[in-house]
Amino acid sequence: MIAKLFKFKGGVKPDSHKDVSAAAPIRVAPLPSHLIIPLRQSARAMARCLVQPGQTVLKGEMIAAAEGPLCTAVHAPTSGTVRAIAPQPVPHPSGLPAPSIIIDPDGLERWIERRPFDYRCVPAQETRNYLRDCGVVGLGGAGFPSHVKLGPGEKGIETLILNGAECEPWITCDDRLMRERADGILAGASIMRHIAGARRILVGIEDNKPQAIASMRAAVQRLGEADIEVVAVPTRYPAGGEKQLIRVLTGIEIPFGKLGTHFGVQCFNVGSAHAVFRAIAHGEPLISRVLTLSGNMAHPGNFEALIGTPIRELLPLAEPRTDTDRYLMGGPMMGVALLSLDTPVIKGTNCILAGSPALFPPPPPEMPCIRCGECAKVCPAELQPFELYWFSRARIFGKAQEYSLFDCIECGCCSYVCPSRIPLVDYFRFAKGEIWAREKEKAAADIARERYELRLAREEREKAEKAAKLAA
Amino acid sequence: MNNSPYSLKPASVQSVMLRVLCALLPGIAAYVWFFGAAILVQIALASVTALAAEAVMLRLRGKPLLMFLSDGSALVTAWLIALTFPSIAPWWLTVLGTLLAIMVAKHLYGGLGQNPFNPAMVAFALMIVAYPQLMSQWPAVGATDFAMQINAIFGTRQLDAMTMATPLDALRTVLRDPEQRAAIGGLLGSNATFGNIGGKGWEWVAAGYLAGGLWLIQQRIITWHMPAAFLATLFAVAGVFTLIDSTQFAPPLFHLLTGGAMLGAFFIVTDPVSGCTTPRGKLIFAAGVALLTWIIRSFGAYPDGIAFAVLLMNIAAPLIDMYTQPPVFGHKQKEGEPR
Ligand code: SF4
Ligand code: SF4
Repeated sequence: MIAKLFKFKGGVKPDSHKDVSAAAPIRVAPLPSHLIIPLRQSARAMARCLVQPGQTVLKGEMIAAAEGPLCTAVHAPTSGTVRAIAPQPVPHPSGLPAPSIIIDPDGLERWIERRPFDYRCVPAQETRNYLRDCGVVGLGGAGFPSHVKLGPGEKGIETLILNGAECEPWITCDDRLMRERADGILAGASIMRHIAGARRILVGIEDNKPQAIASMRAAVQRLGEADIEVVAVPTRYPAGGEKQLIRVLTGIEIPFGKLGTHFGVQCFNVGSAHAVFRAIAHGEPLISRVLTLSGNMAHPGNFEALIGTPIRELLPLAEPRTDTDRYLMGGPMMGVALLSLDTPVIKGTNCILAGSPALFPPPPPEMPCIRCGECAKVCPAELQPFELYWFSRARIFGKAQEYSLFDCIECGCCSYVCPSRIPLVDYFRFAKGEIWAREKEKAAADIARERYELRLAREEREKAEKAAKLAA
Repeated sequence: MNNSPYSLKPASVQSVMLRVLCALLPGIAAYVWFFGAAILVQIALASVTALAAEAVMLRLRGKPLLMFLSDGSALVTAWLIALTFPSIAPWWLTVLGTLLAIMVAKHLYGGLGQNPFNPAMVAFALMIVAYPQLMSQWPAVGATDFAMQINAIFGTRQLDAMTMATPLDALRTVLRDPEQRAAIGGLLGSNATFGNIGGKGWEWVAAGYLAGGLWLIQQRIITWHMPAAFLATLFAVAGVFTLIDSTQFAPPLFHLLTGGAMLGAFFIVTDPVSGCTTPRGKLIFAAGVALLTWIIRSFGAYPDGIAFAVLLMNIAAPLIDMYTQPPVFGHKQKEGEPR
């Protein structure tokens, strides 16, 4: 038994709106007309394309290989023909198109040969490589490669945490997954415990999901392994933030710039655990995920969709209402507005939220900060957002960094409560972007200066050599 | 661009300010009960002046009129001025004080959220320096005849019959006169100026402010830090010095229930714009105000020192904040060590 829960400071309690989509079972979305699979996975990872236009592929076939330490493989979500490899809009705040593989399905769903992976008989490193080649990443949103997180780190992992908190309003895909596929999730967690050499598993679920908690507890009984515990954590956004959940369950606070492994703890989304289970036990790479369609829709619910499905083709399943004026990918607190409905579902897409002027009214005009301190009270990173706001706005970026700007997790709690309706997080994203841009510029300038100095030195040397020759 | 969060909690500056005004109502009710309706006239005078001054300044500064006029911040300043000035002060005193507060202390320093000094306290300090006599004419308990009060406010003649020394003034007189000093204990118990503990009637006004202030804490508009630190410090210093020499120094409860102590604790010291914002900063700030208040009350030239104390601490506030920044998540423990 876990002795006691810890608390994280701050947080807010927005209306959950979860009931509208949580009741119905997960449905499988129909095969779309085409699939768009981006090659870029993060700022530092881009998979290497392995296919040619015109080539036929099987369901689950690797179509791009992992390149570099933070990259994972990419697979064909269904059988069909590669139409093109071309830049496509992707769900990224920048809205810039990124190179993607476009596949036309043949409708036959012909699988590659699927074989279970015997992880017990091979070194852990081999299993991690296998997971990398199955394209398993975090399904909670950030999409960080799971095989990297399962690495030994410097201290080893003592506690494996499964994140089933799902604290963002509206989203219920993890809730449904835990209700319907608890055994798979736990089997995946058990495999991960083996790979990481962890001692115990803690499953954190917000206490507003009693059915999920019951279902997971029953699955723990069935599995019959020691040291697995399902813990109901208080419902308070952002309890599902990785650092917040780790804090609540273990009391450990992971500062900015440090990883869980520094502290012997690692946190995985329940969906990721399920993906690990499918990969190991069934030989299926990660080619689909469950996501919530909700918000301003007539029939909200959860759907299992292939990675690469254009959002446009998913929406009719939930029937958006006519006054819908925008779509968000993710929840209302941290989601990103979609610039194009041709954007595909990616591995981190947990929710598509239809918005309307009534649901998400445009924010009232920004007033000056009255220093009421409300933002500081709710900041889970324990920052002083109004001070950061002041420095960001005045472009005093050095000071903003001194006041720990980069510890901000962009959870949005501060903007949520600010009576002056200041879009604080926008200012913080802006300041971070400016600081990164400056650092890049500086790095580029440093390189240029070095080159110039090298050239000067070379010219000096050549001159000297010439002079020496002449003198000889 | 990512503009999350897309849903916001219903909150506004206006609702914050309106709740502060509501919290003042119990104190005002007690005020009217014991000292007559004159205070309502002063509140109206200050409110109208504040809104007019606010409108003029917003126009001059080219700011959106409606948005800022309706935020309620000028009304809070106006009410605090009316409540800290004598309720039978001549009308122009209140109007002049309010004009200075809004135009100079607030808008010349940048308007809402920018003023380094508490505007109401700037008004009080300037007026008591300029017109010490008028700022010390307080209504007597029971002298609630509205016609006479109106005459005092708008008439040319001051009516000595209805004014009376406040408890703090009476205390000052006694302390100044060595022959009477020995009688301080008796005086506090018997003089008609004084009630059971503080000043007659004033105790109830203070209780009203206390009730409103506690409600503000419950509403999460202010935190407990400032009122607690202010009242505790005032109680402690007064207590220690009473123990040392009860003929020289007034007892702690007297300090808490007279003058603007309760109003100050919950409504003036807690002004977020000109005060401290970090939890430790708030404690230091409020304790500082309390200490200075007691010093000025006991040794200074003016009967009540809260205004000067607040202004002095306003100067120190940014520095206090800078040195009391709370630790950030994850940066307060040794690596890997659960707390
Ligand atoms: S909540 Fe808004 S108004 Fe209040 S201190 Fe923070 S930024 Fe300023
Ligand atoms: S967005 Fe950043 S500053 Fe605002 S509450 Fe979240 S962590 Fe704190």
